[in-house]
Amino acid sequence: MEMVVVAPPAPGRLEDLKRRFFATPLQALLSLISLAIMAFIVWKLLNWAVFSAVFTVSGGPEACQAAAGACWSVIAARWRIILFGLYPFEEQWRSALACVAVVVMTVLSCMPAFWTGRRIALVWGTGTGLYYVLMKGGVLGLPYVGEEAWGGLALTLFIFVTTCLIGFPLAICLALLRRSDLPWISRTTGLIIDGVRSLPLISILFTFAVVLPFALPQWLQGDKLYRVILGSALFFSAYQAEIVRGGMQGVPAGQEEAAMALGMSYWQRIGRIVLPQAMRNALPATINQFVISFKETSLVVIVGFFEILASGNAAYGTGEWRFAYVEVYAFIAFIYFVFVFSLSRYGAYLERRMAVGER
Amino acid sequence: MVSLLRNQKVRNALLQVLYVGSLAAMILACVMIARRNLAEQGITSGFDFLYKSTGWDVNFSLLPATANDPYWWFFLIGIVNTLFLGGTGLILATIVGTIVGLARTSANELARLLGRTYVDIFRNIPLILQVFFWYALITHLPTPRAAHEAFGMLLTSRGLYVPIPNVGGIAFAAAILAVIAAIALPLWLGRTSRLSQPFGERLGIQLASAATALATAAVILALGRLPDVPMLDFPALQGLNLQGGLRIPPEFSALAIAIAIYGGSYIAEIVRGGFKAVGKGQMEAAQSVGLSPWRVFTLVRLPLALRAMLPILANQYVWLMKATTMGIAVGFTDFFMIVALTINHSGQTLEAIGILMGGFLAINLSLAAVFNRINKAIALKGNQLRG
Repeated sequence: MEMVVVAPPAPGRLEDLKRRFFATPLQALLSLISLAIMAFIVWKLLNWAVFSAVFTVSGGPEACQAAAGACWSVIAARWRIILFGLYPFEEQWRSALACVAVVVMTVLSCMPAFWTGRRIALVWGTGTGLYYVLMKGGVLGLPYVGEEAWGGLALTLFIFVTTCLIGFPLAICLALLRRSDLPWISRTTGLIIDGVRSLPLISILFTFAVVLPFALPQWLQGDKLYRVILGSALFFSAYQAEIVRGGMQGVPAGQEEAAMALGMSYWQRIGRIVLPQAMRNALPATINQFVISFKETSLVVIVGFFEILASGNAAYGTGEWRFAYVEVYAFIAFIYFVFVFSLSRYGAYLERRMAVGER
Repeated sequence: MVSLLRNQKVRNALLQVLYVGSLAAMILACVMIARRNLAEQGITSGFDFLYKSTGWDVNFSLLPATANDPYWWFFLIGIVNTLFLGGTGLILATIVGTIVGLARTSANELARLLGRTYVDIFRNIPLILQVFFWYALITHLPTPRAAHEAFGMLLTSRGLYVPIPNVGGIAFAAAILAVIAAIALPLWLGRTSRLSQPFGERLGIQLASAATALATAAVILALGRLPDVPMLDFPALQGLNLQGGLRIPPEFSALAIAIAIYGGSYIAEIVRGGFKAVGKGQMEAAQSVGLSPWRVFTLVRLPLALRAMLPILANQYVWLMKATTMGIAVGFTDFFMIVALTINHSGQTLEAIGILMGGFLAINLSLAAVFNRINKAIALKGNQLRG
């Protein structure tokens, strides 16, 4: 007798849908509720942001206010102030170019090809230098623009980049000091790290911006912007130090012992054996910390800087656009979202990529 | 001298003295300069100012406050405000986070998508931007004359007005405790081993306990009722302003909503991680001994997931507590804003900063201590630890 093997019928499209979303009455209910919520939100949002929205400046604020949907004309009218703040109007191309330099620098440092100490230092050094020259001017025929006129997205990016640039080496120093065999050094460093971590960032920024001028001699005070960046870098480094230390703890003790047995000096052991492996362990958490500190740059608005959030407040706060606050905040939220979301997606990708190596 | 430096012990001791000493010297120098600068402005250092009256007022306080009150009282008000906002935000964020986190671990693809979209959007927008947004939204609501009305509540640009029962303060607090008991008692009865009934047959006792607690609450409210006024005090328009009811100022609601939504997106990820950490074998074992899906969830999945979540959740709560300092952005008088105002008005910079550090250290340490206790109390013992 011959065996007849019949393959189970391939599920049709309808059956597939049924299995995925309507397997049990509870599932069906859940699907319907989720679908209803999604449809409602998407429809409302589309209707507000696209169908009933006004995009052109021609009608002026009055026509815009009368519309049922979003009034994107406020962005069309005020995007320069949101992105560049009080930077001189004719020079704003420099501010835009500086932003591009920072973005390119960030993208480059996300590529594994640049993950050696020297290359990453080169990329960040060039990027930040380029930004600084472009923004500040005074050389190469560019008119001088002081820090007090910097603002908008460019200032946000500057604070973020310099925070990382100062904070990262500081974090490695703090982590090494905390890991030191000398009890008093490790204890004191631990106290500093834990102390900074227990304070809210706003209070540190406030201390550096407002209180520090009392406590420093005149010649050390510097510009308020750089003091705030220093405070933010200190906060970043306290968190990042713990991440780096965690990464170092993940390096098997045998690695360092083997290096010691080969007669390597302390700096050789740290620089060639421990740190490279530790950074690899710590990379996902590090990216996460970058994401957090990018979002936290927005806090400088409280100590009176004209970064993107403050310039947004100014963009709708004056006169005729007073009603269009939702659109302005949506625009700024979108800018933040693009930066933060792509960084965090990159972090998730890295995590997957590294998990492959460990299997 | 050089040979002394070659000695490892001497060198180590010297290094440590140098490190600690230079740090201490730096801090000392800063304090000295600050004291001299402040003294030039006629500000004497010391904590005497704590007993002087402030001369300024706060816009939100759970405790009675006037401009004549001393500074130490204002600091207390600040701490109470911070704890109140933090507590409210923490509870709301936990509720939001649990719902979204459960949606993210659900078997339903659409629910997962919804949860994921929520987390992706709100986690990636800075908290302070969300605070500004909600604050702008609330302060752009119609004036009291044209207020939105829903369920006896009034939505106006001056805040949210909710009806409150006309009962004495103590009776109100007791009634709240009774309502909390109505929720907590059934949960406890469902888990304790002190009852002789098996776990599945306790529904009756649980319902009875909840009903008793709710009835107690109702009796307390009825007894504590103020004479000659209606049971519920509804807000209503009188002249140009609103009278009656309880006013929740826009500053507070904006912060609480923003913290709930932003914190909720983080807690959702923690909840999801906790459920993911529960071993598949545990659940399969529970199913194979014949437990119903609901009891697999309540007796196996949830308790195990809770244990995985708790340490991370504790960190998140500390973070949320610190996030209340955003209050200064919209003018909510939390602890930090009181400190900042103190520095502005009295000039007692060093002391105020010291109080700020001490206050946050105390808040963080006590939160951490509470969570360590809970963590220890529910930790799995002995060989139960195997995954």
